[in-house]
Amino acid sequence: MATVASQAVGRAYRPRSLAAKIALTPTILVMLGCYYASITWTVYISMTRSFLLPVYHFAGATQYHRLFATPRWQVAYTNMFLFGALDILGTLAVGVLLAVLLDRSVRFEGIFRTILLYPLSISFIVTGLTWQWILSPTIGVQQLVRSFGWSDFVFDWITQPDTAIYTLVFAGIWHQSGLIMAIMLAGLRGVDREIWRAARIEGIPVWRTYISIVLPILRPLMVTCVVLIAIAVVKSYELVVAMTNGGPGFSSDLPGKFVVDFEFERANIGQASAAATVMLGSVLAIVVPYLYFELARKNR
Amino acid sequence: MTTASRQARIGRIGLYALLVWVCLFFSIPLLVVISTSLKTSDEVRTFSIFTLPAAPSIAAWIKAWASACTGLNCGGVRVGFWNSVRILIPSVIISVTAGSVTGYALSHWRIRGANVIMLLLLLCAFIPYQVILYPLVKTFSTIGIYSSLPCIIAVHVIFGLPVMSLLFRNFYAGLPEELVKAARIDGAGFWRIFVSVMLPMSVNILIVATILQTTGIWNDYLLGLIFAGRDNMPMTVQLNAIATTSTGIIEYNVNTAAALLTALPPLLVYFVSGRYFVRGITAGAVKG
Repeated sequence: MATVASQAVGRAYRPRSLAAKIALTPTILVMLGCYYASITWTVYISMTRSFLLPVYHFAGATQYHRLFATPRWQVAYTNMFLFGALDILGTLAVGVLLAVLLDRSVRFEGIFRTILLYPLSISFIVTGLTWQWILSPTIGVQQLVRSFGWSDFVFDWITQPDTAIYTLVFAGIWHQSGLIMAIMLAGLRGVDREIWRAARIEGIPVWRTYISIVLPILRPLMVTCVVLIAIAVVKSYELVVAMTNGGPGFSSDLPGKFVVDFEFERANIGQASAAATVMLGSVLAIVVPYLYFELARKNR
Repeated sequence: MTTASRQARIGRIGLYALLVWVCLFFSIPLLVVISTSLKTSDEVRTFSIFTLPAAPSIAAWIKAWASACTGLNCGGVRVGFWNSVRILIPSVIISVTAGSVTGYALSHWRIRGANVIMLLLLLCAFIPYQVILYPLVKTFSTIGIYSSLPCIIAVHVIFGLPVMSLLFRNFYAGLPEELVKAARIDGAGFWRIFVSVMLPMSVNILIVATILQTTGIWNDYLLGLIFAGRDNMPMTVQLNAIATTSTGIIEYNVNTAAALLTALPPLLVYFVSGRYFVRGITAGAVKG
């Protein structure tokens, strides 16, 4: 995505046209009106005493003090980092490993790719429900192992408050690592073949060449992958709704679900806006430095 | 055989073994859902969902499609299916059209502040939905179309616009500017050049964009839940309602059949158009 902005360098010749400006107007209006005006509104409301209805009297950080004193938010916010760390590490590890495996000129590559990428076409709702069934103690893995004769086998993470959040990681890795595989495989295919020749002449083992030479060359691409997964983590909503619905209790809640619940079920606009603003801040904290360094790198 | 080549051979076998295992892990969820949907309800509860159906039957499919219950409505997921189709078609057509026109205007015509516009659009593509949901609800209520088909279509167009515009702008920026120059010498204007010169060259990118929007909009849950209204609930919303209904005995075979029916359209799109799908998904990875 950063390529978009880096290609923005002007062209020598471009015609003017009134029609072009008119054609662009709706997009600009939607962008300013639906995005930037809405963002401004939400951020401002988070600094008022709004509750059921918006009030516009400025009240500083009151909503944020209350938000971070709310146990449910503390859980949701901590969960974002727990789920995020494991999901990013797991998805990146699986995605990179798969890309390396497929890079070794494998036969039937098309079939492998097709299988590894199909989860991406499935909605988070179906993904979440499916993994909920697989991990359910009554019909899923626990029941399967017990049917083999290990009758007191226990695997009930999804029903336990301490562990429910970790079950989201299984589904997250399953759904997203194909994307990382596709991005990294394209990168690996672009690595100069001379590097491989040189490594072979030097007698460096293949695995060593990947770890010490090829993957370090692709570090910028891996950063892009981490950024993509991290943003997906901050935005996560549908997966947790379908898989645990935030439960048991609110033990597997995430900020995305917290905002929607507070906005549309509890009708507490002030708290919802403050939580949404924290989400926005989290995304910007990832995106802005990334775009900045990407543009600096590309323009060098 | 030398030691080196034997090692290489063992390495190859390990490689394929690992790949096959991973692929098995990736396909298990789909296989489990398919096999469970072919069982009877009692069968799922007595055994695990991993056992194969004793007597495969499509009874659960028929029930899921035509008579599964969401609360008191027992019309099956076909209701949601047709709602999703009604939402999908206009949303895809409008958002792809709007994106292509915007991308074209930004790449081949002199627009003051074009770079700023693109940067602002790029940032929009990253914004979590939650930040702007409530103001949009308020706006649509004020206009008087909240909770209706036009409302959910408009919302999909709004949320698709940044990624669509940038996708097309990226593509058109790669086309030589002489195309526009030559057409202008022949007297063609903005729209004429778009229709006669640009669109015929855009078949691939149009396919990529259409697939990206189709799978994205079909799979959407949050926007449908908030903006579509009771009468236009998309299939994903209905599926989640069916699967999480806690009254009575849970019919896992019906629930899995409903999940499969919901996943089927994007899966078909994926299997038919693999290459385009992957291109779109990597280009649009920031969306959602």
